[in-house]
Amino acid sequence: MTTQTGTFKVKKGLAQMLKGGVIMDVVTADHARIAEDAGAVAVMALERVPADIRAYGGVARMSDPELIIQIMEAVSIPVMAKCRIGHFVEAQILEALGVDYIDESEVLTPADEAHHIYKHDFKVPFVCGARNLGEALRRIGEGAAMIRTKGEAGTGDIIEAVRHARSVIGDIRRLQNMPVEEVMTFAKEIGAPFELALEVRELGRLPVVNFAAGGIATPADAALMMQLGVDGVFVGSGIFKSGDPAKRAAAIVKATTHYNDPGILAEISRNLGEPMVGRQVSEIPEGELLAGRGW
Amino acid sequence: MKIGVLALQGDFIEHESMLRRLGVETQEVRLPEHLQNLDGLIIPGGESTTIGKLATDFNLIEPLRDFGREKAIWGTCAGAIFLSRDARRSQPLLSLMDIRVERNAFGRQVDSFEADLDVPRLNAPGSESRLYHAVFIRAPLIEEVGPQVEVLARLQDGRIVAARQGHLLATSFHPELTEDDRFHAYFLRLAGKQETIVACEES
Repeated sequence: MTTQTGTFKVKKGLAQMLKGGVIMDVVTADHARIAEDAGAVAVMALERVPADIRAYGGVARMSDPELIIQIMEAVSIPVMAKCRIGHFVEAQILEALGVDYIDESEVLTPADEAHHIYKHDFKVPFVCGARNLGEALRRIGEGAAMIRTKGEAGTGDIIEAVRHARSVIGDIRRLQNMPVEEVMTFAKEIGAPFELALEVRELGRLPVVNFAAGGIATPADAALMMQLGVDGVFVGSGIFKSGDPAKRAAAIVKATTHYNDPGILAEISRNLGEPMVGRQVSEIPEGELLAGRGW
Repeated sequence: MKIGVLALQGDFIEHESMLRRLGVETQEVRLPEHLQNLDGLIIPGGESTTIGKLATDFNLIEPLRDFGREKAIWGTCAGAIFLSRDARRSQPLLSLMDIRVERNAFGRQVDSFEADLDVPRLNAPGSESRLYHAVFIRAPLIEEVGPQVEVLARLQDGRIVAARQGHLLATSFHPELTEDDRFHAYFLRLAGKQETIVACEES
């Protein structure tokens, strides 16, 4: 009777357990407890939520391990943490801390302008952002066990998350209806590994769990992404930058479960207090956009 | 036969595909009225705190308890925790099974594992015994079982990972993440038996 740890099945499996759930950004142990009480399936431990990373400027790096440890000790649900794109030593440190998932994230300042981390070398699973099917399949090829849309983090504007989800799901539909002899050229055009393109054509979905992230601020935003066909949602600045974080967090959790029931959505959307102020993506100078980071 | 899958959060779709493969009709359960006309219910893997909170908020706790007193329920991982009477911390539980569980008993995600188990109940009488390949993800352990509980599987070191109490079933691993449908078939036999018992009593 042999036991194996760190297999792709158990890495991908944890993401499957998070489906239909909400993963919340938290910056303190107290936030983490509020998130857990509100019904979060996991928390993302970081020093600053994306809206503050934008406001603060400078280089955004992996969080202080002390903060991550405090958050891990505060809650019983999985704890995720972010490393910079291509910064495999930050990833090694996060793995040594025992975090449950690493987000190789465009929200932090990239460490490598051409390469992502080779994620198969790690026992801890990775989630990566993607704007389209080619990018998603490149990340899965490198070993990502979960994908999320990039959206445009820290804005409270859902438009980019919608664009990215529609792009990924639309390309999957195209692939499904494509004669097999056209798949190689399609894979070449979108820069996807051929074998993974074939697998997606067969499955009719990504081979790993696919969440929405970047700009979700209301229960209706979460339900919109679920109806578009994602498996769950990340909420970053949208909760703790709002007027009543506990109430809004609980409402977004309910909306992610009952995403197809407008009566329930209407009920839980009432009296949530001020949403995060937000910033229209179209008004942000190109150099400040985060979604373009990653290759 | 129609089997419900609690669809508040977690990997309920994986259970549904396995059930459909076995030719069973499925129903996603998010509200109490979805429990009508079901022969059994599966509570999937997920986060037990999230499932417990949503079950409380949408008034499912009592209807689920009533359902479990008469009909078959199977909890996998988070579902097993939810079925237990004690998870050693304060969170909503159905308290249907006389088992005490320890959450995240093996450590964090890097300690999640796959292992082969000997599950005698899954082997058809007379046929050769075949190990069951099980997937454990931040898995709970069944620490203690009451007198009416039958232990179905243990790890090599003796720790309990699957148990049955009448028509209630708990596994700390995820048969829905494998291609092996023997555990689902076993659960359908439990759900079917219950149906026969009820039918006899009525006639």
